[in-house]
Amino acid sequence: MKKCDLCNQPAVVHETTVKSGITQEIHLCADCANQAGVVIPGQPKPAEMLQHFVIGPGDVKKRAASRGRRLSCTSCGMTFAEFRRNGTLGCAACYEAFGKHLSALIERAQCGATHHCGKSPHNAGTSIDRQARISKLMRELNSAVAAEQYERAAELRDRLQDLEQEPPTLHTRSSQPSQEERSV
Amino acid sequence: MQSTSGQPNLRGRGPDSDVVMSCRVRLARNVAGFPFVNTATSQQQDELIHLLKNILLNNDLDEKLHWVDLTQSSSRERLLLVERHLISKQHAESEAHRAVALSRDETLSVMINEEDHLRMQVLAPGLQLEDVLTRINEFDDLIENRVDYAYDARWGYLTACPTNVGTGARFSVMLHLPALKITNEIERVRRAAKELQLAVRGYYGEGSESAGDFYQVSNQITLGKTEPEILGEFCERIVPKIIDYERHARRLLLEQNLSHLDDRVHRALGTLRAARLIGAEEAMRMLSRLRLGVTLGRIDGIRLDTINRLFLEVQPSHLQVHAGPGCAGNELREARASLIRSRLP
Ligand SMILES: [Zn+2]
Ligand SMILES: [Zn+2]
Repeated sequence: MKKCDLCNQPAVVHETTVKSGITQEIHLCADCANQAGVVIPGQPKPAEMLQHFVIGPGDVKKRAASRGRRLSCTSCGMTFAEFRRNGTLGCAACYEAFGKHLSALIERAQCGATHHCGKSPHNAGTSIDRQARISKLMRELNSAVAAEQYERAAELRDRLQDLEQEPPTLHTRSSQPSQEERSV
Repeated sequence: MQSTSGQPNLRGRGPDSDVVMSCRVRLARNVAGFPFVNTATSQQQDELIHLLKNILLNNDLDEKLHWVDLTQSSSRERLLLVERHLISKQHAESEAHRAVALSRDETLSVMINEEDHLRMQVLAPGLQLEDVLTRINEFDDLIENRVDYAYDARWGYLTACPTNVGTGARFSVMLHLPALKITNEIERVRRAAKELQLAVRGYYGEGSESAGDFYQVSNQITLGKTEPEILGEFCERIVPKIIDYERHARRLLLEQNLSHLDDRVHRALGTLRAARLIGAEEAMRMLSRLRLGVTLGRIDGIRLDTINRLFLEVQPSHLQVHAGPGCAGNELREARASLIRSRLP
């Protein structure tokens, strides 16, 4: 029997999603599924999912709720239960503090996505095209690591480094001091 | 707020403007080192305002912005901004120390201390989201050069609500879908959109029913795809499909139901020209029919711009700018009717 991805209880919800050719399996126990707003046993509709995500399912079991309630962010003091009530986190550190409970929620609300790819402070100031190329490589790298394809991961890492070392392309706007500072 | 004569950005006619009224992109950003707005103390909120005001009003920025302190402003002024879709209702009513920075033509606006420290949006008429993304990306770069954003390698830009995490980017288009409404196909569009992880909601007024047959469609997924990927799916695959669907429904009305269509359109014009008292809802409904008639060439001598502007001008706070802040009830309906008559001589 499969164990829950989040704790070690027996899993009752099994879900396989295929996205961009990557197969992802999710196994959750009843408590964690409730926490994540998953309706058992059917698969929730995306809209319901978002609703669950924000306001929380109406029938959260007491045990699951109290376990969530114990979680809190040491940085801002927000508890997981508070977050479930109002749908907003208290600070950037909450993402870390609520750990797997939060990431399960995010993955469900974001159609199974687990990692950001797109603009980052790291590549800000470069063209959108280049940001996209970097992000694409980063995503491929993430999935290669997840699939334990280390050779491919190493190759991707090299390509990523090459791309990041290209001199940044400045925006084609009137040159200003701030722009020049940035290019250094 | 200097001008109330309609947003310049909606006055122009962009690509696909027969169906697409406007498009926009919004980025959610937070400043590193501060808690999110809902847990920030009022002192921290003030610090954020101060910090971001200095950055946003800096002369180095290409975009010249105008600052509105919403904590100081009147509720009427805030409602005016809501009607112009420059701030959210939540931002107008919030208790936080908050502000909005606007470009002169109102195509760029930045809400400060809404749900996130920064919510920036760029608006353009018609469907031109690529340009809109380029502009907001450059603007975001300028801010990013001056402040550290809350960012995480795995989750991307960290937002107060995790439904925005990742790119923090929300693309949306405001579509005018009167023909799909007439042919009762709007529910099918809603359902299809939902399956594609898009949100569909009315654009004017409250509630799910859309006044004036305007629908705002936006992406829900913000994580795991790059901004151009999100944009590409949205703009190349999804939105054109809805546009084609509406155009197809309009053609059917022309080909199979011309007298019915003409009757509807000209009655609407008649009502708008004759009314001495008119409520916002009826005005929107009639203006929607009129807009349909004009885009199909069934009415001469009325410009699309005039109608687009009227959708905004008939909203209560906009009317009160001229009619007085206390103006309500029949007085307001009278002011609305007379404004419409003056615009549609
Ligand atoms: Zn579990
Ligand atoms: Zn926190």
